[in-house]
Amino acid sequence: MNSTNRTVVVTGVGATTPLGGDAPSTWEALLAGRSGVSLLDEEWAAELPVRIAAKIAVEPGTIIPRPQARKLDRSAQFALIAAREAWADAGFTAKAGEDASIDPDRLGAVVASGIGGVTTLLEQYDVMREKGVRKVSPHTVPMLMPNSPAANVSIALNARAGAHTPVSACASGAEAIGYAIEMIRTGRADVVVAGGTEASIHPLPIAAFGNMMAMSKNNDDPQGASRPFDVDRNGFVMGEGSGAIVLESAEHAAARGARVYAQAIGQGISADAHHITQPEPSGNGIGSALQNLVEHTGLNGAEIAHVNAHATSTPQGDLAELKALRKVFGDDVDHMAISATKSMTGHLLGGAGGVETVASVLALYHRMAPPTINLDTLDPEADADVVTGEARALPGEGPIVALNDSFGFGGHNVVLAFRTV
Amino acid sequence: MAATQEEILEGLAEIVNEIAGIPTEDVLLDKSFTDDLDVDSLSMVEVVVAAEERFDVKIPDDDVKNLKTVGDAVDYILKHQG
Repeated sequence: MNSTNRTVVVTGVGATTPLGGDAPSTWEALLAGRSGVSLLDEEWAAELPVRIAAKIAVEPGTIIPRPQARKLDRSAQFALIAAREAWADAGFTAKAGEDASIDPDRLGAVVASGIGGVTTLLEQYDVMREKGVRKVSPHTVPMLMPNSPAANVSIALNARAGAHTPVSACASGAEAIGYAIEMIRTGRADVVVAGGTEASIHPLPIAAFGNMMAMSKNNDDPQGASRPFDVDRNGFVMGEGSGAIVLESAEHAAARGARVYAQAIGQGISADAHHITQPEPSGNGIGSALQNLVEHTGLNGAEIAHVNAHATSTPQGDLAELKALRKVFGDDVDHMAISATKSMTGHLLGGAGGVETVASVLALYHRMAPPTINLDTLDPEADADVVTGEARALPGEGPIVALNDSFGFGGHNVVLAFRTV
Repeated sequence: MAATQEEILEGLAEIVNEIAGIPTEDVLLDKSFTDDLDVDSLSMVEVVVAAEERFDVKIPDDDVKNLKTVGDAVDYILKHQG
């Protein structure tokens, strides 16, 4: 065994999203083409220019006991639910150590968020102003710190090989999974629970993103507002939730007889170095990440059957991604079934890479690509085969590869690659 | 009017139930906040702030560390309540 280049596989998936309280219900809704977006009819939303969002389908308070929940930011609650589901789905029956098939010192947790505990911070600021300094919760700091989801997953599962939180805006969840792949590939851990989470449906973040002109203001048609690649797209719709996977060295998975969903081949990373929010429009920045992936994994464009696109439904971003794919993979793009699941989930920001990795892995396992909903008229400049209408079967024979693209404000580009086993 | 020992115990039990989820009947004078009632040092600050409000008492941070058991807290409040 070469301890610096080990094969990594996915053995568990978990999610709590606007489409369902777990990975199976989320996957079912994705295949069925259901939207998780709704009107924000709360009083606090009345004055906002954007009054739509994709709220979580199952409130975490119905799952996590209140004494524990009140010490966790909503983003950490989501992460804990998704991580525990992935953990059980991987066949572990208790936390590391109590389940003797995993040594706590060989288990890691890498869970990212784009913004961290922003609602905790804002709510406690309100408490301080309205009720005074003494009433500020002593749990505020451990709730709002961006590493809180990773730390809480580490504590819950007894993961002692390291708990990490890469932060790269909307690429954070994908970067977490990429980091976890490296932890196993290079021998630092045998098993890592990894993913992303976000909970920022609150008037301040919505006002802020809205004032950037980054969000759709289609308040009259919530379910039709997130429309990646459609000629009438006009911005993203904010979503909340978390997605997590269990990554494991192939040897460790085989030794305990674990079911394997897919192989995690690796990642490609680049930075645009262009603008703090706008994507580099030619696709060169994203293309560098794809090129980086090819160089590090030896991946061939002909193997790629499916792409879970970043595609947030913004005019510039969606096209830059397709240009990059075409630039790097040429005619091979023609046989890639491209899905934009944000058309259904909304954009989960730091949670997106986690949820979309779950979707990518399940797409390979079931050999089905989810549809892109609300795609009535493909942008004439979108030069790719975007799956629309209904879910589409992927090639049933032989190994196929899926990519999960994630890009973040700041010019962070992360591409993850998975292969059928 | 000052609260009685019984009323203070009942009030603390409700506070501990709200913060740590422990049934009120399990919050007894000899119980340790940390060892028996799942109240860690951060949650203890919440217990103290709630008790201050409920019983019109000030519990300085330096005194909080001496409140190991529910009985310690009841005695402190009995003695210092306004």
